[in-house]
Amino acid sequence: MSEKMTSKQMLQKLLDDHYAGALAAKERGELIAWSTSIAPQEFCETMGIYTVYPENHAAAIGAKKGSPELIEVSEFQGYSIDICSYARVNMGYLEIQESVAGKIPLPDLLICCNNICNTVIKWYENIACELDIPLIMFDMPFNYDYEVNDHSVEYIKGQFQEAIHQLEQITGRSFDYNRFREVMEISSEAARWWKKAMALAQAVPSPMNGFDIFNYMALIVCMRGKQESIDLFKLVAEECEAKLAQGQGPWKDRPEEYRIMWDGIACWTALSTTYKFLKNQGINMVGSTYPDSWSIIYDSHDLDGMARAYSSNFVNRNLDFRVDNICQIVNDFKVDGIIYHCNRSCKPQDFCQYEVQRQVGDRTGVPSVMFDGDQTDPRAFSQAQFETRIQALVEMMKTRKQQQGIGVK
Amino acid sequence: MQAIATILREMEGAVKDPGGAVRAFKQETGREVIGCLPIYVPEEIIYAGGMLPIGVWGGQTNIVQSGTYLPSFACSIMRAIMEFAMRGVYNDLSAVVCPMHCDTLKCIGENWKVGISEVPCFCLVYPQNRKNPSGISYLTTEFEHLRKKLESLSGRTITDEAINQAIVIYNEHRKTIREFTRVARDYPLTITAQKRHMVIKSGFFMDKAKHTLLVKSLISELKALPAEKSSGIKVILTGIMAEPDSFLELFNQYNLVVVGDDLAHESRQFRTDVPAGGTPLERLARRWAEVQGCSLAYDPEKRRSNMLIDMVRETGADGVIVTMMKFCEPEEFDYPILKKEFEKANIPHLYIELEQQADSAEQLRTRIQGFAEMMSTR
Repeated sequence: MSEKMTSKQMLQKLLDDHYAGALAAKERGELIAWSTSIAPQEFCETMGIYTVYPENHAAAIGAKKGSPELIEVSEFQGYSIDICSYARVNMGYLEIQESVAGKIPLPDLLICCNNICNTVIKWYENIACELDIPLIMFDMPFNYDYEVNDHSVEYIKGQFQEAIHQLEQITGRSFDYNRFREVMEISSEAARWWKKAMALAQAVPSPMNGFDIFNYMALIVCMRGKQESIDLFKLVAEECEAKLAQGQGPWKDRPEEYRIMWDGIACWTALSTTYKFLKNQGINMVGSTYPDSWSIIYDSHDLDGMARAYSSNFVNRNLDFRVDNICQIVNDFKVDGIIYHCNRSCKPQDFCQYEVQRQVGDRTGVPSVMFDGDQTDPRAFSQAQFETRIQALVEMMKTRKQQQGIGVK
Repeated sequence: MQAIATILREMEGAVKDPGGAVRAFKQETGREVIGCLPIYVPEEIIYAGGMLPIGVWGGQTNIVQSGTYLPSFACSIMRAIMEFAMRGVYNDLSAVVCPMHCDTLKCIGENWKVGISEVPCFCLVYPQNRKNPSGISYLTTEFEHLRKKLESLSGRTITDEAINQAIVIYNEHRKTIREFTRVARDYPLTITAQKRHMVIKSGFFMDKAKHTLLVKSLISELKALPAEKSSGIKVILTGIMAEPDSFLELFNQYNLVVVGDDLAHESRQFRTDVPAGGTPLERLARRWAEVQGCSLAYDPEKRRSNMLIDMVRETGADGVIVTMMKFCEPEEFDYPILKKEFEKANIPHLYIELEQQADSAEQLRTRIQGFAEMMSTR
């Protein structure tokens, strides 16, 4: 890896290598796994099974404007327009195996973890059925109590054992526990650096252009168990620290005026238009509920800790936790306003979001707006509505700053 | 016929006025009534505690208040439940049990805890790896926690022995309803699609022992009659539920006969018995392990389509009606597989979207009429 590479160049190279590597592995006759985005990747990584992530692929397809044609294919098969658009993009891809964001090899096995939603259970059941391949299911029971309870941890650990057994059967090889320990260490280290790099946005002004986080996220999804992701997040941190030392904000051509938190996934199909509109108002996304879901940190000797960590991401937690979590972000990242993305695809988030918004507003006094959108189905997003809501937010943030006696240009 | 009419009237009374049934039980016994959200709540534990478990499945109403918690693209059953809860319709209940089978039910439980202070909500999560020993042990613990909550709510102990007795009563009820659905096939004129639905639904609002007796006398009264000839189109229903009522009303008009169902609101409740062996809570957990062909019970082999195709063959059904509860993702994901398998097996099917609130009787009519015409020319 060249010393002179910027983090963005490095990210691109790693992602290109990741997808090319998967195709090459398939060519060589190696097993390919498809996995949900916050599944315990440690097991396949230990086994040396090349793993690709349909959610990441769908997001990339969305960002490159290729989602409508794949969505059309799956809707023709009978997938309802009300189903998560990542699933519709992916089921469409499964049929035609072409996309504007390149190919991913078809899987030989599936890894599904429902700590993000129960949608993925149904989605992966269907892939397993269509391709007649094994599915390893990591079930993380929804935490209606504030913390992950002990019987959930026991159940999750039982599933870890079962997954190891299934992988041994599928590969015909035995599971290497020493390698597993190494992978656990790398994974936690990557998550620590990810968290650290993201936390640098707490500085005022933030050295990070927040929408870059959505791009870096691809790596924490796809390569969390590999040394390369540690290298990348270290480099991101280094670059931010250098900017911090010079007092630089997120952009060269304009100052950061408003710091916002973004709740939910990006609108990948409108990434650049939403980004530009925010930037034109001097709005920088400094925090988000979403990227922190990959801060999966545990001790490599502690299987209980690993089970707890994988069940602890915010969308698998109860409403009280979600409110506390956002209030913490508001506080740590010195947030002026919150944008709630009511993402048509994401029911577990949407159906608590109204109450979360009310409680966070009451507790922090920070103004917020909600807009209707979707992660990859452009039909559910309106740029005009987005802009109107953001303008309203700017007005509220401006008034609040004036009341607090903070200078606004 | 007189006796049949009397039995059906009593059942209809319970269906039309669940609130009356709740108040009557409380007045008679002084004990608690517990609302059970969809689906697979281990009612036996509630029953064993001397409480009355009743079904909470929403209903047709105007959505006014629940929009403060749920956007318009949430499942209409859940929007109705939240609406009724906010209006105080459930205030006679001592608690509700919310099994968090889908993403929407997770959020209903969470919103309920915040928004409905009058009625406590006891949540439950069911394991997906439901056949694994660790999954069964997890669910047994969930049920143990539910038992403790119910004990502290009522101030009474719920013994293993009482739960075992409740299991006997519930398994008997399941067996009886299964028999009813078989017998009803021979009497399509007396037991119309609406009446079949009503007989099953009334069980949600009655003591199960009492309901079993009623259904048993209905069965014997029916059997005393000669079998009825019908030229109707025989269908299997699959989905969450066959409501709003305007839906089944169309069946008489267009001569559709329900010969079997795979509805969450109906057959999924009683096609799986609680198995024998182990502690009563383990038995209840193992019932979940034995559930098959339900969109909420993890199954990478997707055996639901085969199960339905077998049902079609066994009952001699002419086709299947997929009653899609709009915005129900688990059901929506099963549909493309069902569609493909039905087409492969040359079984005609009608996909029809239902919403509890929607007054779309005319639209439903057009679809049902079209299906009936298509079937009669086959």
